[in-house]
This record gives sequence, C-alpha cells and structure tokens, in this order.
Amino acid sequence: MAGGHDAHVLYRPGSSPMHRLAPEAKLAATVAFTVAVVSTPREAFWAFGGYAVLVGLVAAVARIPPGWLARRAAIELPFVALAFALPFLAAGPRVDWAGLSLSVDGLLGGWNILAKATLGLLASLLLVGTTTVRDLIVGLDRLRCPAPLTQIATFMLRYLDVLVGESRRMRVARLARGDDPRFLWQVRGFAAGLGALFLRAYERGERVWLAMRARGWTGRMPAGLSATGVATARQWSAAASVPAVAAAVAIAAVVTA
Amino acid sequence: MTGGTSHQPGSLVLRGVRYTYPDGQPALSGVDLTMAPGERVALLGPNGAGKTTLALHLAGILTGEGTVTVGGLTVDPADRAGLAEIRRRVGIVFQDPDDQLFLPTVAEDVAFGPANLGLRGEQLRSRVDGALAAVGMAEHRDRAPHHLSFGQKRRVAVAGVLAMHPELLVLDEPSSNLDPAARRELAQIVAGLPVTVLMVTHDLPYAYQLCPRSVIIDAGRIVADGPTGELLGDAELLARHRLELPYGFSVSPSVAA
Repeated sequence: MAGGHDAHVLYRPGSSPMHRLAPEAKLAATVAFTVAVVSTPREAFWAFGGYAVLVGLVAAVARIPPGWLARRAAIELPFVALAFALPFLAAGPRVDWAGLSLSVDGLLGGWNILAKATLGLLASLLLVGTTTVRDLIVGLDRLRCPAPLTQIATFMLRYLDVLVGESRRMRVARLARGDDPRFLWQVRGFAAGLGALFLRAYERGERVWLAMRARGWTGRMPAGLSATGVATARQWSAAASVPAVAAAVAIAAVVTA
Repeated sequence: MTGGTSHQPGSLVLRGVRYTYPDGQPALSGVDLTMAPGERVALLGPNGAGKTTLALHLAGILTGEGTVTVGGLTVDPADRAGLAEIRRRVGIVFQDPDDQLFLPTVAEDVAFGPANLGLRGEQLRSRVDGALAAVGMAEHRDRAPHHLSFGQKRRVAVAGVLAMHPELLVLDEPSSNLDPAARRELAQIVAGLPVTVLMVTHDLPYAYQLCPRSVIIDAGRIVADGPTGELLGDAELLARHRLELPYGFSVSPSVAA
C-alpha cells in the first residue's frame, strides 16, 4: 500500500537531534509551547516575533527546510480567510487604511487568530515532521494518556492505509471496466463506490485486528517496539528549553501589557 | 482432557468445538481433533467449510462450546494470562499478508509479536533476526513491507509468527497467490521448522507435499481423517466435499499408503 503507515505526508525521515528525542518529551514540549503562545496578549507583537524565532531555531535543529513547513502549513488557509475578513466585519472603532474603513478590534482579532494559529500549527508540524505515528502513540501512552484515546489513534494508523489502498484498487477496477476518469464523471463512480468502500475497509480492518490479536496485541503498543527509548533527564531538559523560553516571553508580555 | 500426548508442548486436542456466527449461521458443529507434537496435518475443505473459523479457535480469538487444549493448556476466555500464553503457543499466519503486516518496516513488523510478549532490546532483536533468517528474509529487514513481492510478504508474515516461538503453527491457505518458485521456497521453509503445523488449504498437491496426515472438514464437521495419500486417492470422497485434484493429477492410494 502506497506510503506505508509511517511514511505519512507529514513525516520527514531524518536523524536530527529532534528526530532522536523521546516522543513524550516532544509532545509535552509542544503542548506547553502552544499554551504559552495562546496565553500571550494579542497586543504584545514583539512576543510573537520571539516565538517565531524559537520555531525557526527548532526547525533548524530538526533540519526541516522552511519551504517544506510552508507547504504543509497550507492547511491553515481557511482560518487565514476568516482572519482577513474580521477587520471588515467586526464592530467598534475603525481606522482608515488605503481608502478602506477597518475595525481596530477586527484587525487585532484577525492578527490574534493568524499569529497564534500559525505558531501552534508550525509547532505541531515540527512535532509530527520528526516523529513517526507509532512513536506519537507510544509517547501518548507514556504520558499516561487514557488508553481509549491511544487505541483510537492506533486504529486510525491501521485504517488510513486500508482506506487509501481499497479506494485505489476500486478505482483501478472501475477504470478497467470503462469508467471515464475525468473528474466530474469520476465523482459519480466514486460516490456509488463509497458504500462498498466502507464495507470493504471495515472487513479488512476486522481482519487486521484479528491478526494483531493473534500476535498477542492487548490494546497497547508494546514498549519494545519504540525506536526511541524512554526520555532521559537530559532529553526532558533539552525539550523543556523551548517551552521555558516561550513561557518567559509570555510572562514578560503579560506583565508589560 | 485425554492423557498421554495432550500435555506435551506442541500437542493439540479439540473436543466438541462448536461455534455459531452472530447471525445464527452454524460454523462449527462439533469438531474433535488430536495432533501429536511435531506432526504436520493438512485441514482440507471447500470454501465456507469453517476452516478459518476453526483456526481462530485455536488461538482463542473465537470461543464457542467445547475445549481447545494446546500443549496441556486449555483455552479459557476469562483467563487473560492464559489467553496470552495460548497466543504465544499458537502462531497463525493469515491468508492475506496485507492483513498481517502493518508496521513501517519488515523488522518492526516481525518484532510486533515478541514485543507484545514483553521482550525488548537485545532479546527482541535476536528474536527478529532469528525469525527473518529462518525464512530467508534477513537482508530485507529494513524495507517497507508494501515494497516486497507477494511471496516475500508471506515469508515475512511467517517470520512475524515464528518470532513468538510458537509450538503450533497454523498456516491459512499458505500457497494462495504464490508463483511456483515462491510456493516451493515456502514449502522448504515449512518442512524445516521444528514445530507442529496445521495447514488450512484446498490446495491438495501442497497438502500432499507437506503433510503426511490430512483431515477433511465440511459443513463445520470433520468428515475424514487419515494419511494424505489415501484421502487424495479417494476421488469419490473428495467429490462429495467439493474437493478435487488439479486436472491431470492423480494419487494412487496403494502407492501413497
């Protein structure tokens, strides 16, 4: 099946210090960094600049090129549209800029969404770009994340490829029987095949699950499988440096605001 | 429980195994079967005879009425530790290797079973190396399973089960979709394994090649049990249960027996 489970589009194989860091440390650092960013007052523009520098530094350590990050950050575009609409739509005092009447509150609100969402997204991209899905699940497990959540994540890992593989095979079978591959025509065949796709994916998922249980799977990813060991004190402190700086920036921003 | 061989590692005893699908359709209607340690037995039967359902009972994945005893340990769905031990003793190689291989590299997938048994580090690595060497796939350890040929995938699936050091190996349609060379290679691997083998198939020449003894299952019941050559020489018996040798083949009962 194309891609494989861990060769997902968001993962960038490598051996940088970020890649080698234990997943639980990376997860905790990402969450802490995001909390610091979100709790920063929106008027503290300099603070967001500081966060951006931090993200850039981490990306450099992870050897992830800016272009790669930018392409994957495109997922954010719908929110950007909302951020750009706010200055026109929001109420309150207005400023005139280039002949347009813009709401001050809307401008700040739009900036708030844009800056915080972008920083949070970039931090998440750096996490998943350097951590395989399997290690993410192991990390969640080690952080004592409730088992049902990690199980759902494991099932996603299993079903994603199943769905992609099944739909590709069904498409090839449709084409072989003379289905017109042009976009609009394809939609009809695809829609008709959706129900069948669901059933086939479900049945295959069942068989994969049976096979996992036959090899002793009990609902948790076995610890021995993780490529990275449990986080050492050094790894924890290395990972903590980023959110620690972010927290310092956030506190400074709150105090000066 | 019977005495004698039933306590030896690798032995299998089924007594009155019955199972009904959730929709009320009977799948197994009282199966009795005894296998001695190290024996290789073919389980023959037409599609829908209950072969795969029976295989799932051996590892306690499905449980109905009756008893399944592997090396003296009886399957009890309420006994979690016992069930884990049963699944270590009974290794099932599923018909479709794509159902079984779900981790990003061959070595990791082979490690899944032993890691579930709690092995890690060097011990885990030596299990994986040993199992991959046993199926001649050691040089492919870091490849992605979906880049392998079908025959190689099946060998990896066998390795994934061998890595758990099973006493009883259950092969579900091991020869399906294999080209002649892959078929022969797999036969050589299976013939060289020091474990009890139950081979579920309707590939009669393959059963004849590998298993001195065969049982025929039809409509959820064992209808014949004897030396493979004798059963395959009885064209009428085969025809009654929707089995037949490929065109142009025949087994003379007197020669085979």
